[in-house]
This record gives sequence, C-alpha cells and structure tokens, in this order.
Amino acid sequence: MDATIVGPAQRDLLRLITCGSVDDGKSTLIGRLLADAGAVPDDQLRNAVPSSANNGLPDYAMLLDGLQAEREQGITIDVGYRFFTTPRRRFILADTPGHEQYTRNMATGASASDVAIVLVDASKGLLSQTWRHSAIVSKMGIRRVVLAVNKMDLIDYRQRDFADIVAAYASMAERLGLSDVTSIPVSALRGDNVIRQSDAMPWYEGPTLLRYLETVEIADASGKPFRFGVQWVNRGATGFRGYAGTILGGRVRVGDEIAVLPSGVRSHVSRIVTFGGDLEAAQAGQAVTLTLAEAVDVSRGDLITGCEAPPHLADQFAADLVWLDDAPMLPGRPYVMRLGTATYTATVTELKHRLDMNTGAGRAAKQLDVNQIGFANLALDRSAAFDAYADNRNTGNFILIDRVTNGTVGAGMIRFPLRRAGNLTWQNFSTDRSARSAIKGHRPAVLWFTGLSGSGKSTVADAIDRRLLARGCHTYILDGDNIRHGLNRDLGFTDTDRVENIRRVIEVARLLADAGLIVLVSFISPFRAERQLARERLGADEFLEIFVDTSLAECERRDPKGLYRKAREGKIANFTGLDSAYEPPEAPDLHLRTADLSVEQEVELVLQSLRQRGILD
Amino acid sequence: MPVSLTYLEQLEAESIHVLRETVAVFSNPVLMYSIGKDSSVLLHLALKAFYPAKPPFKVLHVDTTWKFREMIAFRDRRARELGLDLIVHTNQEGLKAGVNPITHGAAVHTDVMKTEALKQALDHHAFDAAIGGARRDEEPSRAKERIFSRRNASHRWDPRRQQPELWQLYNNRLGPGESARVFPLSNWTELDVWTYIARENIPVVPLYFAAQRPVVERDGMLIMVDDSRLPLRPNEVPQQRWIRFRTLGCYPLTGAVESRATTIEAIIAELADGRTSERQGRAIDHGSGGSMERRKAEGYF
Repeated sequence: MDATIVGPAQRDLLRLITCGSVDDGKSTLIGRLLADAGAVPDDQLRNAVPSSANNGLPDYAMLLDGLQAEREQGITIDVGYRFFTTPRRRFILADTPGHEQYTRNMATGASASDVAIVLVDASKGLLSQTWRHSAIVSKMGIRRVVLAVNKMDLIDYRQRDFADIVAAYASMAERLGLSDVTSIPVSALRGDNVIRQSDAMPWYEGPTLLRYLETVEIADASGKPFRFGVQWVNRGATGFRGYAGTILGGRVRVGDEIAVLPSGVRSHVSRIVTFGGDLEAAQAGQAVTLTLAEAVDVSRGDLITGCEAPPHLADQFAADLVWLDDAPMLPGRPYVMRLGTATYTATVTELKHRLDMNTGAGRAAKQLDVNQIGFANLALDRSAAFDAYADNRNTGNFILIDRVTNGTVGAGMIRFPLRRAGNLTWQNFSTDRSARSAIKGHRPAVLWFTGLSGSGKSTVADAIDRRLLARGCHTYILDGDNIRHGLNRDLGFTDTDRVENIRRVIEVARLLADAGLIVLVSFISPFRAERQLARERLGADEFLEIFVDTSLAECERRDPKGLYRKAREGKIANFTGLDSAYEPPEAPDLHLRTADLSVEQEVELVLQSLRQRGILD
Repeated sequence: MPVSLTYLEQLEAESIHVLRETVAVFSNPVLMYSIGKDSSVLLHLALKAFYPAKPPFKVLHVDTTWKFREMIAFRDRRARELGLDLIVHTNQEGLKAGVNPITHGAAVHTDVMKTEALKQALDHHAFDAAIGGARRDEEPSRAKERIFSRRNASHRWDPRRQQPELWQLYNNRLGPGESARVFPLSNWTELDVWTYIARENIPVVPLYFAAQRPVVERDGMLIMVDDSRLPLRPNEVPQQRWIRFRTLGCYPLTGAVESRATTIEAIIAELADGRTSERQGRAIDHGSGGSMERRKAEGYF
C-alpha cells in the first residue's frame, strides 16, 4: 500500500490557484480534475453534456457554472472556490478568470495559495498573459508553480514542442524569481496526464498533475519567528484575562518570554488555553488563547512576538500594491488600512512606479488604476509591527479600504520599513493656540466653502470676510488664485494633482488656524475623501464644511470667468461638473441653497452658525 | 518537531479566527441556528472560540412551524444544556395569513416564513452581523460567496458588488443601514462536517441517522409523514422505509434518502462513494435555473 495514503482525519490541506483563460481550456482542466477525482456528484455530472465544440466529448467546463449572469455571458467573472479530496490530501482550488482586467481576482485567489497552476495552450505557446499571470503569482508570494501545457492532443503530443515551451518559460520564471517550476504536458479534454498517465506521451516520465499536487511539500510557517495577532480580549470567568488569536508564525511554549508590540512591554506566557484543555506548546496555524504571567496592557491589534528576531516597528514602509478598485489610487488620499488585527489611517506618500505587465519594467506613474500593480511608500497614523512579506506572508500583508464607499480598494505586500519619520519630532513652542486666540477675541476656525466653479463661493466668502474684519476679527482667505499661482504652481488638474492641491491647502489652513485666525477656504474641493481629511486634520470643533449649492446649469449660465465655455469647446480638460466628478457633501455643517437665498442671507446664516459654536461671542 | 496541522485542524482554526473577528469588530452579532448539522458544528466552534467565556452573542432560530418535531425537541434540549441565549422568531403575519408549504407551495412559504421572517428578526433586534453555517460546496451560487458578505438596508445581496477578500483580512466596514453575513464554514464540505462531528462527538438531530420512518413517494421525493398536517393524495399510503436525511428543513419540502446508515461511520462511508449532491432533496432549490441565486439576492440566507 502507498505510504502517502492516509485516513480522512490525517490528511493535510493544499490550497492552489489556476491561472489561464477559458481559451486555454482552464475550466475544462478543473472540471476534469474534479470529475476524475470523484468530487462531482452524479446529478451535477449530468451538466457535462457532450458538445459539438468538443468533438462530441463531454464538456467538463459546464461543471463550473457559478452565477446565472456568468452562465449567460459564457465567462467566469469572479473568484470561485472548489473543493476535492483524494486518499492523500484535501484541496481548496481558487478558480479565477484569465482576462486582462481581472488581475484583482487573481490576486485574491493567489493570496492564500501554496501552489499555482499556470496554464498554457500548447498550440499557441507562451502569451503575454502567461507573463502577467506569472508576475502576479510571484508578487503574491507563491513559490511553487506547475506549468501545465494543455491541448497536447492538438499538436500530436510532440515532445519537441513541449520542450520548447518549457525552455521559454524557464527564462521567464528566472526573471520573476520563480525557482520551483514543474512542467507537465496534458490534455484536459482527453484526460492525458491529469489523473491518468498518458499512453500517448510515453516520452513523459514525470508525475501526472494530480500526483504532483498530492505529493508537493506544503509551506509551513511554524519554523519562522513566533508571531501571534491579538483578535479579542477574553474576560471569560472570574479573574480570567486571556488573549484570543491565531499563531501567524513559529511556535510558543508555556514559560516563553514574549514582547507585546507596538508598546514593547515584555511578559511570559503562563497558559495556552483551549476548549479541549491547556496545551504545553502550540504552532503556526493554531487558534488559541494565551494568558500572561505579568499584568500588562494588551488589546486587539497588538502583535505578540518572541524576543528573538523581532518584527519591524515603523509608521512608514515600502510595499508592492495591487489596485482593486475602479476609482484610481491617488497619492495623498487617506485610506483605512487593515494590517493584522489593527486598523490604521494610511496614505501613499510616493508612488515609485507601476509595473508594466507586459514587460515587467517599472514605469513612472502618478496614480494606480484598477488591475495595476505598483511599488509605493506608505505612511500610517501611528507605528505598526510587521514583517516583510517575503519573510512571513501572514504578518507582511494589508488591505486598503475606501473611507467613503467602504470598498476594499487595494492590497499590499510590505517590502521594508522606512525610518525617515523617526527623525522628525514636533517642536514644542511655549505660546500655544489658546493664548493666541485669547488676544483676538474669537476662537480660530476654518470655514471650508465647497461647490462648483461659479457657484458663488468666493462672493459669499468675501462678504463674510468684510463683516468679520469690521468686528475686529483676524481672518484670511485661501482661494485658487492665491494658492495655485504660488505654492501649488507645480500642480495641474488631474485627480492626483487635485488631491495634492487640497492636501497642501489643508496644511496651510491648519497653520493659519494655529496662529489663531479665522480662515476662509474657497476651493471647489470636489472629493468627499479630501474634505473628510480636512475635518480630521483640523478637528470637528474648528471646521465648518459649507456647501455652496448652485445647480450646474445656473453656474454654466453665469460662467463669470468664461471657463465653462472653454471647457465645452474642449480647451480645458478635467473640468469639474463636466468631465470630472463633483461629489456633493452628504452632511455639510451648512447647506447654502443659493437659488433661495440672497448673499446677505447667506452671510447671516454663516455668522449665526459661528456664534452658536462659540467661535464668535 | 511539530507535525503539520491536519486539514480538519486547519479548517477549525480558520473558522475560529472568523468567529473571533466577527465578535471583535461588530457591535451586535447573532448566530443563525437552523438546528441542522452545520449549525451544530458552528455552535461547537463558537464554544471553542470563546472558551472559557460563553459565546458572546444571541442565537436565533427562524421557526416556520413546519420543522420536523424532532428538530424542535433537539433545539430546546441543546439550548437548555448549553445555556444558550436563544431567540425563536416566527413571522406572525404569515402565520395569521395561514401561509404553509402545502397550499402555498415551496416558493411562497419560503419567502414569507423564512426570508421575510429572518429580515423581521434581524431588523427587530438591530443585529449588525448574522453568522450562518452556509458552505461553498452546497450549491454553485454559493461557491463565490465571501466569508464576510455585505447586505444593504433591505438585506439584499448584490453578487456584482462583492469585496475582494485577501489573506485573512476581512473588511467589516458597513454603510448606514447595512449589515453583514458571516460564513465561517465557507471552506468546509459535507464530508468535512461529518468527519468533524465524528471527531468531536458533536450531538446532531437523530433524523440524520437511518431508521424505519413513515414516508410517501411524491414528485420523485421521499416525504416523511411527520404529523397529521400533511394531506395524503389519492392512492398515497404511508409506508415504513429505511430512510435518513442529508439536510433538514420544513418536513413537507425535505426529501429523504433511502439508507441503512445508522452510525456516523456509516454516513461517512456512504458519502465517500455518494453520487448525489446534498441539496438534491431540497424542493426549494429546484425552480428555474439560478433559483438559489435569486433567493440569496432577496435576502435568503
């Protein structure tokens, strides 16, 4: 009996991803693998009907139908997971589409996979998509690759052609740092070398696809330094305080000295608690509850580590970034970051380059679009503990979430920490902002006017400024003219530059408010995310978002600077309201509907609001 | 040297991880308890995840009033034994209107007494996350379901707007009125569930084990005559046959399979060379193509 055949309870788990397109016969290969492994019940097997497109052979691709919409389109559009078991192993197979625009789905499927099957059509050889798929596989940290050369039946099972493809792929793999490649000639349609050794290719002496998958060694994180992500503080029974989480690397024993990060406090493991009884030791992959000998402060988001080989601790790092959302990644825009069990606010401070997916070269870029992969520096709102992704896939990854749509928009793999911010500290000056504002007779504030071009922002800001000045208030107006002609002269009107433009305006407004002034900011500021950033940077007490709400039609009718006309004539690109979006505030502090109000009424509303907030007496 | 984890140990650890994330990031989660084998496994995993604390959430059963009698008895016994904070919800308007699977048919009954009822209960208790035992291997439209899945304010699922789910990082952020569905057993199969039940000695409803029970053969399904509410058609005479159930639901809608598997080991052996899919016996799945997907979009669990 084969020694690798084990009872159901002893089998291990292999996760794999298949990369290729419908044209490569990928669905057929998966359908064949599942059907021949006995994972498809008879009532579903009936869906694999012989079709004329397949020369009368059963169409195994039919077994993979997922959602109805896809069935109608005839393509797979998302990540699907298939399960099958053999006498040796249990498998989770991520089935992802091979079309160019679906990098994000492949990245999703690859993130958890140990092995990737890269599918090539023997009659076509390597294609540009072969490079793309392999590049993603490499970026996502998969070390083991099977090159499945499919449709060998179409080229009469010629060994020579197979060898040529294998040789061509070897140089590609080397450039991508994929060192563990196994090449197998198959015909998914006829079942050659999928599960059954092929009679048609006696020259091939390697394993069948299934045999390879059943015997390949599975990467194990238990040899790495100890890492434990705290998910939840368990205050179970009287006096009990334990930390529930999953071991993300290495092993732990009762009595081990540990460090809690980011605080750095040290303690010792006193118990490893599980429902089935306390353990003496535990290893990567296990979900346990730790108790500590000394009473130290530990909460969700902390990383408990061994004292040898500590992780990095930094608030800036460089990372590979896969962009998943239709809205592009804009440097300077704040995103929610999930890193381990902690949540941060993060911005891309510098996009070094994006990857040209056809050549692998880095290209200069101002933004990352959906399905692009880039290399970037990121800054967090506080320090995080992490490893390089190459050292530990579990502690070196993160996702970015859009703060307005709550969509998962980016995924990152950390390369190394950046320590520049560590050398910067805040200067503490002896005069503080309350002292400054006390001599002015009012509190500092930032009145942020947002609205379309020509909506009347500057008109109402100017009127308010005159009234405040008359009361002896110290004020300053920031608008497009005095900022764009100087400080922001280097910026244009792309989305990336608009974000940077507003970021600088926020910082200037902050300095002026710090000096005790009432700052009137009159900028179109079309994006919710940046206005939300302004609110957070300036503090809700001092920040008023004022929506100057004038319809696009009315703004275009007024057209005080003739800009709409030029835009309509095609002389100005990226004009807000026309070919660039304006996202109206959902809950502004003040909503000025200009169609119903005179400028004097608008001024009164704003002043009233300032009095209510105690900014004015 | 440590031995690498077996696949069951890995699946267990990952499900526990998901349960702990759910409790840590949502303010008012609930565990959907359908009394079936998957719910039994889910409950067992919850006991493990939060030990020595009790599972820090309520347990909800949506009762259509047409469940097998043995299911209800089992539910009440387990709730007592484990000290569960159990909520039983029935759609009272549906009940008053007399909606039932016999005269209204599977589709209407399921919409009103399950889908509607579930939405009522979630809204009433303002649960922001509902943990369910659905598995990706059950049905093709479930193969693409996420582990953390978002629903809009009317509990609808939009398969085209699912979030990418990478590594073990779950996006738990919700917009106003939105809620989450969490599926910790996503990567388990029916065979895994039984293997785990055997390994952990988890109690399940006796209907899963073969016994002689009174059945009628109807529309190609074996329907058990569980009480006197099932009207017999002309020429239908209940017969005692050796049957068991692979899934449990409303008894007039749940087909039995002929089996002599009276132990877990026999069930596992039966599944290992089993040739039909698990939900084949569920009348509700067999409408037009994509029936389950449509139901899910409407808020069916």
